[in-house]
Amino acid sequence: MTERTLRGKVAVAGVGETTYYKRGGAEDAEFVLALKAILAACEDAGIDPREVDGFASYSNDRNDPSRISAALGIKELKFANMQWGGGGGGGSGAVANAAAAVATGVADCVVVFRALAQGQFARFGQGPKAPGVAGEPAYTIPYGMMSPAQMFAMRCTRHLHETGVTRDTYKAVSLATYAHAQNNPRAVMYGRPLTPEKYDEARWIVEPYQLYDCCMENDGAAALLIVSADRAKDLKQKPAYILGATAGSEYRNGAPCHNAPLYATSSFTSLAPRLYEMAGIGPKDVDVLQSYENFTGGVVMSIIEHGFCSHEEANEFLTYENLLAKGGKLPLNTSGGNLAECYMHGLELITEAVRQIRGESPNQVDNAKVAMVTSGPMVTPVSNSIFGSEEVL
Amino acid sequence: MSNTDYYLPEGLPAPMPARDGLDLPYRKGLEEDKLIVQRCNNCKTWQWGPEWICHKCHSFDLGWEEVAPTGRIYSWERAWHPVHPALKDHGPYIVALIELPHAGNIRMVGNLLGDPRQEIEIGADVEAVFEHHKDAKMPFTLVQWRVAG
Ligand SMILES: [Zn+2]
Repeated sequence: MTERTLRGKVAVAGVGETTYYKRGGAEDAEFVLALKAILAACEDAGIDPREVDGFASYSNDRNDPSRISAALGIKELKFANMQWGGGGGGGSGAVANAAAAVATGVADCVVVFRALAQGQFARFGQGPKAPGVAGEPAYTIPYGMMSPAQMFAMRCTRHLHETGVTRDTYKAVSLATYAHAQNNPRAVMYGRPLTPEKYDEARWIVEPYQLYDCCMENDGAAALLIVSADRAKDLKQKPAYILGATAGSEYRNGAPCHNAPLYATSSFTSLAPRLYEMAGIGPKDVDVLQSYENFTGGVVMSIIEHGFCSHEEANEFLTYENLLAKGGKLPLNTSGGNLAECYMHGLELITEAVRQIRGESPNQVDNAKVAMVTSGPMVTPVSNSIFGSEEVL
Repeated sequence: MSNTDYYLPEGLPAPMPARDGLDLPYRKGLEEDKLIVQRCNNCKTWQWGPEWICHKCHSFDLGWEEVAPTGRIYSWERAWHPVHPALKDHGPYIVALIELPHAGNIRMVGNLLGDPRQEIEIGADVEAVFEHHKDAKMPFTLVQWRVAG
């Protein structure tokens, strides 16, 4: 039996995205956004879109693979996959699923994509308008705990309490991420820098989150193309090999009504060791990190759970300077991420990881060979992935 | 309780019994100011929120047991930004996560009554206040909490 791993077997051959818009700003229908991102990824890879034979997405993306296949005249559809649950926590999971399909011969050329038009459809950041709620929501929503920020703030308060980590780390994450967006013309917040004063003076959304601790809501689409390692070598772009990708969460993370036994985590404690084991590397080998920011507190927890620093070291380690692409010990969210590039549900973090491996980031980390992504902290399932250049295989 | 005694404004989604009847004993208990939660008849494990099977021993024979309506603050948040029309212009409010040490440390979400700007201490003892919405179209009860003593 061959070794059961994704390491080095598949690669990202192309990435693409639409223009990123403010929420409600896209004139295109959501399906058009999806198509444009997929075509852009194919163009980037130099692959005829008709050769695509599989699709993977997450968070119940509304753009059905069969409709896409028909619209694009795809010759044969072999893989139509949806990562179940967890919202943005499915990003790296969708990559893992696509990679597994290609590595095992289920399909040959799989697109991972996500499209969002929150103008056309419902917003994330609002509570439900129904007169009544049943099941688990009946235990939270009538008490005014209804938005994602309100669902996750509770975990972060407990985390700050248990560990002594301070909100200064949140501020560092936000400032570094915004700083990176200032060099990225794709970013919605390009040309709109964030200062420490502006961060401090911003209103509370829900304690412990102020405005700039929270992700944006945007319209747009992003896509990437996964093929076998052998094939990637012959294509247009420098391949970003997948070293590892995992999805899931800890024991009973989904216990209803905030009863997860490990409550003060971002759900990664069981995934992080599995990811490093598959990738055959450790946190010290990671050159650049793209960490999903629904809220900055979740980024801080993810960084700690992935072993970049301990709880005790966090206040000293997670500073603005340390998180910058230029000279930082842990360059973070180098495109501007969900906070400042675009809330493309975290898929923009994965395309950015690929660009770092290629040497094409707007905030290129010198000689980046290993780029890591953590997707969707504090939800279940979460997921993570590591990409590498040929020299680390 | 008159409407002005409700912690949050009216118009938020009301809690409805689970369609499959899973939480009926809990909802019935609230009508009589009783806090009734799940406990496995087979292995005595406490379980919350309700589920059809015991997560420890896989028995479907789950009992319901009345517990003292007290607990302590496990975590909290103060919401400022209104995300529902009913909360517009309302101002901040506190949501707390309460653990019940006498019932296997199960946790419940509720509001922490009193000054919405109060300082909150994790670990503080709290007691339940049953907030009956008898005038609602489908009457319901919320379990709220206030600092004890
Ligand atoms: Zn049992």
